[in-house]
Amino acid sequence: MVKVFIPGDTTACAVGADEVAAEVALQAQKKGLEIEIIRNGSRGAFWLEPLLETEADTGRIAFGPMTTNAVAELFDAGFPAACEHPLKLGKVTDIAWLARQDRLTFIRAGITDPLSLKDYKELGGFEGLKNALDMSPAEIVEAVVQSGLRGRGGAAFPTGIKWRTVLNTPAEQKYIAANADEGDSGTFADRLLMEADPFQLIEGMTICAMAVGASEGFIYLRSEYPKALHTLKHAITEAKNANLLGDDIGGSGRRFHIQIRVGAGAYICGEETSMLESLEGKRGLVRFKPPLPAIEGLFGRPTVVNNVLTLAAVTTVLANGADHYRNYGTGRSRGTLTAQLAGNIRHGGLVEIPFGTSLRELVEQIGGGTITGRPVRAIQVGGPLGTYLPETRWDTPLDYESFADIGAMLGHGGIVVFDNSVDMLEQARFALEFCATESCGKCTPCRVGSVRGVELVDKIANQDQVTSNLELLEDLCETLDSGSLCAMGGLTPMPVRSAIKYFPQDFTRAAES
Amino acid sequence: MSTSANNPLAIVSSAVQEHQNSPGGLLPLLHEIQAQLGYIPKDCVASIAAGMGLSRAEVHGVISFYHDFHDQPRGQTTIHLCRAEACQAMGARELEKHVKTRLGIDYGGTTADGRFSLEPVYCLGNCACSPSIRMGDDVFARVDAHRFDELLDNS
Ligand SMILES: Cc1cc2nc3c(=O)[nH]c(=O)nc-3n(C[C@H](O)[C@H](O)[C@H](O)COP(=O)(O)O)c2cc1C
Ligand code: SF4
Repeated sequence: MVKVFIPGDTTACAVGADEVAAEVALQAQKKGLEIEIIRNGSRGAFWLEPLLETEADTGRIAFGPMTTNAVAELFDAGFPAACEHPLKLGKVTDIAWLARQDRLTFIRAGITDPLSLKDYKELGGFEGLKNALDMSPAEIVEAVVQSGLRGRGGAAFPTGIKWRTVLNTPAEQKYIAANADEGDSGTFADRLLMEADPFQLIEGMTICAMAVGASEGFIYLRSEYPKALHTLKHAITEAKNANLLGDDIGGSGRRFHIQIRVGAGAYICGEETSMLESLEGKRGLVRFKPPLPAIEGLFGRPTVVNNVLTLAAVTTVLANGADHYRNYGTGRSRGTLTAQLAGNIRHGGLVEIPFGTSLRELVEQIGGGTITGRPVRAIQVGGPLGTYLPETRWDTPLDYESFADIGAMLGHGGIVVFDNSVDMLEQARFALEFCATESCGKCTPCRVGSVRGVELVDKIANQDQVTSNLELLEDLCETLDSGSLCAMGGLTPMPVRSAIKYFPQDFTRAAES
Repeated sequence: MSTSANNPLAIVSSAVQEHQNSPGGLLPLLHEIQAQLGYIPKDCVASIAAGMGLSRAEVHGVISFYHDFHDQPRGQTTIHLCRAEACQAMGARELEKHVKTRLGIDYGGTTADGRFSLEPVYCLGNCACSPSIRMGDDVFARVDAHRFDELLDNS
């Protein structure tokens, strides 16, 4: 039977993949053709979704972006054979956008049936865990240290060092908490991974548990991701049934259990200590540090908090060795960057490339510029707390240090592109409004100052004493910067200040006109 | 349907029993109650608190902290409109105006016929195909005013 693939991914379905799948089934039936429809994960080439693939002798052949109207036509042309059609893209692996990427973490995404353990294992899954089960905890930790892997959630803290702290903190009970709160606008890599390759997260968490001596794990998943929830639930059940989770992992006699906890629509709960409070069933108030979560985390016990992508990357490190992973990247940014091209972008989606590519190359060449066809004006990198970058900064290489040098951050890899219709005063206003809405409320500058900031921007917009109100706004940024317990209040000045610094005309324009 | 299935207190007490012994079980419990009743009635707070060994203030504090939890009845379908940057870059501000006018409600509101509630959301993870909205559990991409009307008419 011919295999036909149509992603079941959130974005693919948001652009009509379910309707295409239904139409393919209907047309095949009409023509009396026997096909097997597999709802694979997405390859992350979202600009080509719904991406329909058929298995030919030479490999998988893709058509996209598919529409329901084109399906009957496609069957008339000879589908599921690799027929000619205006939407034919050729061999999937030859699509330049995908071919130029270095996929390590997203190596299986879009190729496999997300819930098929067989698929997962055939393409290298559980190799890392198998190796880890033959190693001592200290050896696993050492491999992660050597790989140079840094946290992909935003703060870029060296993962191996965090694990070493938990390993060396004696306790009867330790926990792993996978941070799947992915709140940053412009990011979807965690979601894509959980929907396309959920076993990888399970494997990464299990390796982590073996490394630090934990027997319980939580996935803190944001409530905005119902499909990821569904996929993860099933994947956990599959893994349990195959003894890859539970009381005797792979026959090793070691135990590890995973529970999913669903968030409740609070951005701040992505901050690790707020997440721990939320996991404990409380309001997501940020905790003072120290104590570090690695020493006193969930329910007061040593806890590894890692982002989904960090835990996923560990499977590659353990499967292929620390040196293999380390060989990608530049300087102190090792491995691959999972950039997410979002907003006003022609070829948007997930781009996994070694650190060090320039922002301009990523947006203009890989991303193909704006979808509106207008010039790019500003690029916000690193989520809502990230800097807005003007053209003079786009030649910066995408690595942690180079971005820090220009007063910016890579964060979780979100890259939001704006064309020249953007009003940067509105963007600055939104950053402050977002801070006011999502503040946990513990610090006055963040809770009250942000509201005051919105008022100031409104005054500036109304030409009300622009110069002095801009000065007051700068003072306020200074207060947020120095008087905030966490990066929510502490980094809100980044988008605000960069908007003013690089796009001053949007703030004074009102006064001039 | 049995009477207990319609009785909020019965639903709450069986949900409490289920989550009572799970450490940090308050959030899963509240999600469960909201999934079944559509909201978390104020007069259930006392029994939630008693069942979970918490004070009423603590339970109320949690319900009010999280945007997802509501203590008032909601429309049949909640429409979440993404207000975040990636969607802004693709016209979410205009869409927002249209949606509010078309539904005749602001954020937090419910249409007079009880069919829809409107909520803001900050990212649905669909940022390469913005603007995005979520209706119930379905996410829709590249939604402009015309597409929104179409979705509403077909729902
Ligand atoms: C306001 C705020 C929101 C955050 N949101 C997330 C998030 O959604 N996902 C995430 O992994 N990390 C988030 N972080 C970073 C976490 O606090 C933490 O650094 C991270 O989960 C650690 O994992 P890593 O070392 O693997 O990156 C956030 C931080 C702040 C200050
Ligand atoms: S900076 Fe804001 S979010 Fe962070 S702890 Fe303070 S009040 Fe809470």
